[in-house]
Amino acid sequence: MNEDIFLWLIQDGVTNGAIYALLALALLLVFAVTRVIFVPQGEFITFSALSLALLEAGRTPGTLYILVIGGLAAAAMEAFVALRERAWRRLPRIAALYVLLPVAVAVLVAWAAPRKFDQWIQVLLVLAMVVPLGPILYRIAYQPLANASVLVLFIVSMAVHYVLTGLSLVFFGSEGLRSRPFWDAKFRLGVLEVSAQSICVVVASLVLILILWFLFEHSIYGKALRATAMNRVGARLVGIPTVLTGHLSFLLAALIGAVSGILIAPITTLYYDTGFLFGLKGFVGAILGGMGSYPLAALGSIAVGLLESFSSFWASAFKEVIVFTLIIPMLAWLSLRSRHVEEDEE
Amino acid sequence: MSAALEVEGLSVAYGKVEALHRASLRVPEGSIVTVIGPNGAGKTTLLGAIMGLLASRGTLRYAGAALEGLPTEDRVARGMCLVPERRELFAGMSVEDNLLLGAFHRRGAGARALAADMTEVYGRFPRLAERTRQLAATLSGGERQMLALGRALMAKPRLLLLDEPSLGLAPRVVREIFRIIADLKRTGVSMLLVEQNARAALQVADYGYVLEIGDIVMEGPAAGLAGHPRVIETYLGLSAKTSQPD
Repeated sequence: MNEDIFLWLIQDGVTNGAIYALLALALLLVFAVTRVIFVPQGEFITFSALSLALLEAGRTPGTLYILVIGGLAAAAMEAFVALRERAWRRLPRIAALYVLLPVAVAVLVAWAAPRKFDQWIQVLLVLAMVVPLGPILYRIAYQPLANASVLVLFIVSMAVHYVLTGLSLVFFGSEGLRSRPFWDAKFRLGVLEVSAQSICVVVASLVLILILWFLFEHSIYGKALRATAMNRVGARLVGIPTVLTGHLSFLLAALIGAVSGILIAPITTLYYDTGFLFGLKGFVGAILGGMGSYPLAALGSIAVGLLESFSSFWASAFKEVIVFTLIIPMLAWLSLRSRHVEEDEE
Repeated sequence: MSAALEVEGLSVAYGKVEALHRASLRVPEGSIVTVIGPNGAGKTTLLGAIMGLLASRGTLRYAGAALEGLPTEDRVARGMCLVPERRELFAGMSVEDNLLLGAFHRRGAGARALAADMTEVYGRFPRLAERTRQLAATLSGGERQMLALGRALMAKPRLLLLDEPSLGLAPRVVREIFRIIADLKRTGVSMLLVEQNARAALQVADYGYVLEIGDIVMEGPAAGLAGHPRVIETYLGLSAKTSQPD
């Protein structure tokens, strides 16, 4: 291996690692707030990447059907509860959030799709379709089980993952898609040729991480999410609704997944089930970081990206094996190190 | 006098074990009512059920309105607030953030109103004012209890439920906490105080109940209870006749 290849592998590893870092943050956030191990995180990537590629081709992405169906299902569940409790005043809000909003987005996308607008408009359309799926998913699958054990929630996650992968196959088909890069330029940096797209990915990831950090430190809702993650009982006692924090964390997870999908779509060819692997690698990154700290999870994810790119050079057939084997010694170490802490922790 | 809280025939079971058996009690508007009793009598369970943290059977009325089926956050929004035995602070957050989150259900009240309330809390607990940026986890036991109380006050409660506010604290801090409780009464807050420190609780309260193994076995005006031979023997000890609490 010469210097050229070495630097190229590092660039490749950091680019992928940045995306794994985003996903690791989303997984940690959702787990800390709702105790859900969010296996379907990867599906948001698939949905947004494939939707973007289809919009570029001037075709109507199936995501809008998933959005409308999901919205109607959530509306039916909410309406059932409201009717049973005779809380009529809740009905208009339910209709606006779960029926009107998804249908409006779907109509807008269906109208815009054949018109092939600028790429940034297409990106906004994709976000409008994918991000609401987070809260909708929480409402349908997780909210009724908010007090269930971690294991039950994990089993639900697996089920949701299979359902979404199935829907993905139905609406996107089995063909692989790739979107145009946002920025085609290449820069020479010494011997290394840096593609503008990788710079986009790294910068966008950093910006998103900074925005999230700002939200968590300075907004009352961000603080409420952190408080819920730190002490669930305390959060309920100050009047932070479990439903609210659940919706918020899933909204952020969907946003992160959608952005990751948009960033990755021009780099990799994605199929209806590819997102799952990305999500898993984000999970490995979070575990390498100890499954508790956000900065360590980000570092762990960069390490996963680098390991993946180097192992695909030396032993490409085993690259996934090498990455996923890594979590075994890490889990062993974590379980040896962990002890029960009494005060102020659950 | 109208009642801030009415509890009728309240039962709570953990699986098949009943921890609270058809308990009934009443907190009149603006008064302090105490529930005393030994460890494991069901005192914490009672408060948990009143706040909606635990499922219960029986009737609960707050300010005349039924509470059944209402989630905890709605009870908080209506003006109920529990200071739990375990404090349940946000350990990794600063004193100031803990207080701010105490006012979560009043987040629409505006920054100025919240800042004024925070100044008021700091005025009540000068120790907290010196530690606004410090993480809750680094506070001493007494400071934690003050923060838990301060966080509850940020919610502007009409009914405050206090679970063992003196537990594990030095005598001087206990006196301070009880002084604050008496102080709060003057601002019109109704209180349900659960204590093992029966002597201090009966001194500050207007009315008292004795809870033993899930049953309310005795009740009466606090002064009367404090003079009752059985209460003296079981909860106050012989020293009650000779010395004042410190």
